[in-house]
Amino acid sequence: MSHSHGVAHDHAADHASHGSLKSYIVGFALSIILTVLSFRMVMSGTASQSSAAGWLVLLCVAQLLVQLIFFLHMGTAKAQRQNTGIFVFTVLVLAIAVGGSLWVMHNANILMMPGMGH
Amino acid sequence: MTQAVSTHLHDVAHHHEHHDDGSKTTLGFWIYLMSDCLIFSGLFATFAVLRHNTAGGPDGKELFDLSYVLVETMLLLVSSFTFGVGMLNLYAGNKGRLLGWLFVTFLFGAGFVGMEVYEFHHLISEGNGPGRSAFLSAFFTLIGTHGLHVTFGLIWILIMMHQVKRFGLDGVSTRRLACLSLFWHFLDIVWICVFTFVYLFGVL
Repeated sequence: MSHSHGVAHDHAADHASHGSLKSYIVGFALSIILTVLSFRMVMSGTASQSSAAGWLVLLCVAQLLVQLIFFLHMGTAKAQRQNTGIFVFTVLVLAIAVGGSLWVMHNANILMMPGMGH
Repeated sequence: MTQAVSTHLHDVAHHHEHHDDGSKTTLGFWIYLMSDCLIFSGLFATFAVLRHNTAGGPDGKELFDLSYVLVETMLLLVSSFTFGVGMLNLYAGNKGRLLGWLFVTFLFGAGFVGMEVYEFHHLISEGNGPGRSAFLSAFFTLIGTHGLHVTFGLIWILIMMHQVKRFGLDGVSTRRLACLSLFWHFLDIVWICVFTFVYLFGVL
């Protein structure tokens, strides 16, 4: 009894880290939808510039999460925890590097080149 | 009963420990991918800073053809999916189908690289090469680095197809294909940021 339970559990864990055809199809469909939404918003030119920028970032983050979960099988399962932790740390470094660069250069443009900064 | 369960658990843990060397390789490869992420973050930051510095030349709005980029994006998305299906066949032990899906993935990836090379050729032949402006230097560096990654991924796919054909689905090829799968999906993820922040924001 306990043995069969153990085997079933092992299989479930195995399944989760490799994904299944269903999870690939769901991830693929979501990716296509999110991509088309992003492109359509810019190509149709209906949304105003500032609201479109916000939506684009939102759609991008949503699609990144979809691909990380459905294609790279990232999650909080025990086998994945290490990868997820490393990834979260990388995102932190990335946010500091990219956000910091943009912040510094933005201020440099405004403060140091009065003729060009706008 | 409790005794039996704890013995069983111990057995599972023990078994797992001996079975684990493949996952350590995958973890190491994951750390490499994250460092690759940092390279791309530097290139993205550079591009974001320089994207308005067109030196009187054309900007993204004039240069980018979004329907062309959408087709490129679809090719890469489909290739990511077909690679995933290939990996499912790997774990199912289905060698022939794995090779077939790897080949399909290769074709879509090659289509993507081909379109990108054509886009670069088109830009350069119209005088809008990387030397035209800081914006275009940053553009060519970022897109080119991604394109080179995809090209190396394509070479890797061919090598793995040969290896699987020659040596079958042993532990070594399974482990390498698991790394290649991470690499391929990772490139797809970088491309999502590229089409959003370079192409769509460039035209917006």
